[in-house]
Amino acid sequence: MNKQVRRVGLALTAMFLALFAMASSIQVLRSGDLYKDSRNVRASYETYKTQRGAILVDGVPVVESVPVNDAYRFNREYESVLYSPVIGYFSLFSGAAGIEYEMNSYLSGQSSAQFFEQINALLDGKPVTGAAVELTIDPDVQRAAWDALGNRKGAVVAIEPATGRILAMVSKPTFDANLLAAHLYGPVTDADKTYIEDEDDPLINRAIAGDLYHPGSTFKLVVAAAALESGQYTATSELENLQRYRLPRTFSFVENSSGKTCGPGETVTLEFALIKSCNVPFAMLAVALGEQRIRAQAELMGFGSELVIPLPVTPSIYPENLEDSQVALTGFGQFDVRVSPLQMAMVSASIANQGVLMRPQLVDLIVASNLNVLSQPEPEVFSSPMSKLTAGFLTRMMVDSVNSGAASKAQIEGVAVAGKTGTAENGINDPYTLWFTGFAPAEAPRVAVAVVVEDGGGAGQNGTGNQIAAPIARLVIEAVLKK
Amino acid sequence: MSNVSLTTAIPMLLKAVPRSRNFEAVLLFWVAGIHAFALAQVQLAVLQKMSWDMLFFWAPPAITAAIVHYILRKHAVGADGLMLPLAYLLNGLGIAMIYRLDLAEAARGGIEIYADRQVWLSCFAMIVAAAVVRLVPNHLVLRRYPYLAGAMAVFLLILPAAPVIGKTINGATLWVGVGELSFQPGEVAKILLAIFFAGYLVSKKDTLSEIGSRLLFMKVPRAKDLGPILLFWAASLGVLVLQRDLGTSILYFGLFLVMIYTATGRAFYVGAGLTMMVTGALVASRVFDYVGRRFDAWLDPFSAENYNAAGGSYQLVQALFGMANGDVIGTGLGGGFPQLIPLAESDFILAAMGEELGLAGLFAILAVYLLLVYRGLRIANSHPDDFSRLLSIGLSFVIGLQLFVVSAGVMGLLPMTGLTTPFMAAGGSSLVANWVIIALLLRISDSSFKRVEA
Repeated sequence: MNKQVRRVGLALTAMFLALFAMASSIQVLRSGDLYKDSRNVRASYETYKTQRGAILVDGVPVVESVPVNDAYRFNREYESVLYSPVIGYFSLFSGAAGIEYEMNSYLSGQSSAQFFEQINALLDGKPVTGAAVELTIDPDVQRAAWDALGNRKGAVVAIEPATGRILAMVSKPTFDANLLAAHLYGPVTDADKTYIEDEDDPLINRAIAGDLYHPGSTFKLVVAAAALESGQYTATSELENLQRYRLPRTFSFVENSSGKTCGPGETVTLEFALIKSCNVPFAMLAVALGEQRIRAQAELMGFGSELVIPLPVTPSIYPENLEDSQVALTGFGQFDVRVSPLQMAMVSASIANQGVLMRPQLVDLIVASNLNVLSQPEPEVFSSPMSKLTAGFLTRMMVDSVNSGAASKAQIEGVAVAGKTGTAENGINDPYTLWFTGFAPAEAPRVAVAVVVEDGGGAGQNGTGNQIAAPIARLVIEAVLKK
Repeated sequence: MSNVSLTTAIPMLLKAVPRSRNFEAVLLFWVAGIHAFALAQVQLAVLQKMSWDMLFFWAPPAITAAIVHYILRKHAVGADGLMLPLAYLLNGLGIAMIYRLDLAEAARGGIEIYADRQVWLSCFAMIVAAAVVRLVPNHLVLRRYPYLAGAMAVFLLILPAAPVIGKTINGATLWVGVGELSFQPGEVAKILLAIFFAGYLVSKKDTLSEIGSRLLFMKVPRAKDLGPILLFWAASLGVLVLQRDLGTSILYFGLFLVMIYTATGRAFYVGAGLTMMVTGALVASRVFDYVGRRFDAWLDPFSAENYNAAGGSYQLVQALFGMANGDVIGTGLGGGFPQLIPLAESDFILAAMGEELGLAGLFAILAVYLLLVYRGLRIANSHPDDFSRLLSIGLSFVIGLQLFVVSAGVMGLLPMTGLTTPFMAAGGSSLVANWVIIALLLRISDSSFKRVEA
């Protein structure tokens, strides 16, 4: 009978080996695929289970994970909608966006920099605590920009020119991240659906990731920079002063917004044309410079670059393979020139920082739960799009533009504000896109701003950049200067 | 039947089986330590603190195991020294996991609590085991009543299908219950069946193994000797139909095949039996849609249709997700989400173990089961008496097969069944039945020792 007993033993061993093999297959070979299966909620539970790091503004948490008594253990609480476009959201059911998404590995404690913390956590059995991310945003400036923009659709970006630190980034309309971070499936998906179906796209951060805007006359700064950098023009170079300019090889005409010539005289200086924001001289200047030179200048200022701040920025566009008639239109920021508000703030910042463009940055510091600094981005030069001299010329023109020209509504008593407005056309009957970009104080700039207001700020085709966008910029600049 | 001389048998047997009760005591200390450590880890991970509650889930089973040990010292001093610690280890880990699932249930406001009951049921089961060791001084008395045991087994098997007291849970009719109390008679029936088969086969084995004609390379028994296997095949299919559970059917038929094979040494029975079993299962999957659904869910668990179907593959897929989450070293007790798997405290407790203890832990647990079963086979191998050999091989095989069928169901290797995980799953009938099996095996191993001494 012993032979049979041995065989039964072998049969049982074979059966158990089959179990060993199957368990290995599930837990090792297929574990990755199984973990990623959309029906497996463990992955999202897992990220929720670690106490996610806070996001700080000026040392104060604006987003925190607060312990609650449910399966997810922590509730993500967003202090204010002010920061929604930047911070985004972290949702169980609708994914993540913004800093919450881009900095997820740090916030959830899974980054490679937190390796030793992970080992410690494994040893003492407690989950890893995520790192905190401190933003460069200044709460007062952010609040000022938020209030100044009011109920209008649009965006505001403020940058510190010498460092590239982003002091404010507002986009409206926006969303309440608390609705998306709740733990009940029904209400969260309802809120998500409402936001997605909303025609105004509240989930989109217009400052960096919207559909891009026509820059209008603010683009003249780029064209002027290209002209000065070409060596063929100075601030006082004389440009032809026509009332109407027929676009090359077409029957269309370009006029100045006044409908008249740009001041008296046969010619007008580059300086004067920029201060008064005349379209005709800039259309002709653009044709004279040519597509290549303007694009080269634009690209030095960030056009076409895939910036990561660390939010991904939609690259601004200067079109290619243009007819001269089209180049002429790009001279005052029309045709297919498309920009993000951040891009226009970068144009101002490069002028403000004497021709050196710093890489924009939203993250100031990343600190682990044990207070180790995991990352502290240093200011970094992005490019040198123009000489100090060119920057000086442009600064003077922009200051004059505010003091006595087209950007008068940005004036601040006792402060030299440099600025440029824009009123971009979108279609024959569509409301204008209103712009202001500039910096202050002109002699030692502390902030560069760009303001965009969609839909003519509610004034259809009657609003201008000076009336609506410039005062917003002024309030933002004042908030910075007050500090 | 053993033709090894007594003088060579003594040292062989002593070498083969560690019988020292002191050895058992040391192991029990270790296992009680593992049990306490597991409970502490659960508390630290889930509650972030240790509390005295832990003592409740630790002390009663530990003390009861010590009582069983004492009884063995007094009344079965030559019994196998590994079985009690191994069974207590599995039982203790099961309690820790059930306690952990209870804490998760309590955290989400649930009221289905199992661990308290599991503690008392474990103690009760161990006391019953001690009583069996104490009150059955010689297991050979069981040999006298094979037909009584068989009749009782059949009665118990039919019981769940009886009106009023029969209960169907999750599609399987395996329970009888009055009010709150429910009981799985099939668990006890497997012991009675093993006793019956052992008694029956000991008297019939010569007829079944010697007479017959040769066909190809196998000896085929006479047609009238095929009676028992056909009868039992029909009976296990009857179980499948009445109880709607493939696992139970496989368990009893498998037990029968192994015992008749051991008794007769005829591979024919195994070949024919396996063929009949597979055929029967396939036919059943076509004829009965509750079996068919289980097959569908098994063959393609990830399809949306099976996943969403009532009684479909949701539970299996959740179990696979859990095990995958555990990876090689597991999330640690209290670190995973086994509460997401339906019935994690009973049928699917191995998936919960796989998630929190990882592949390594699951291997260790399976190895403990395998070791336990090997000890049983060792007893069969070394016992001089045929009835005892057959009984111990049947009892240990039934634990191994049940564990295999359950784990294979949890891992998607076989269709899901309603069997319980021996020693670990929440539930009194299973605990009592398996502890009684341990008691009987201990009793048998002690008797082989006595024979050697005499």
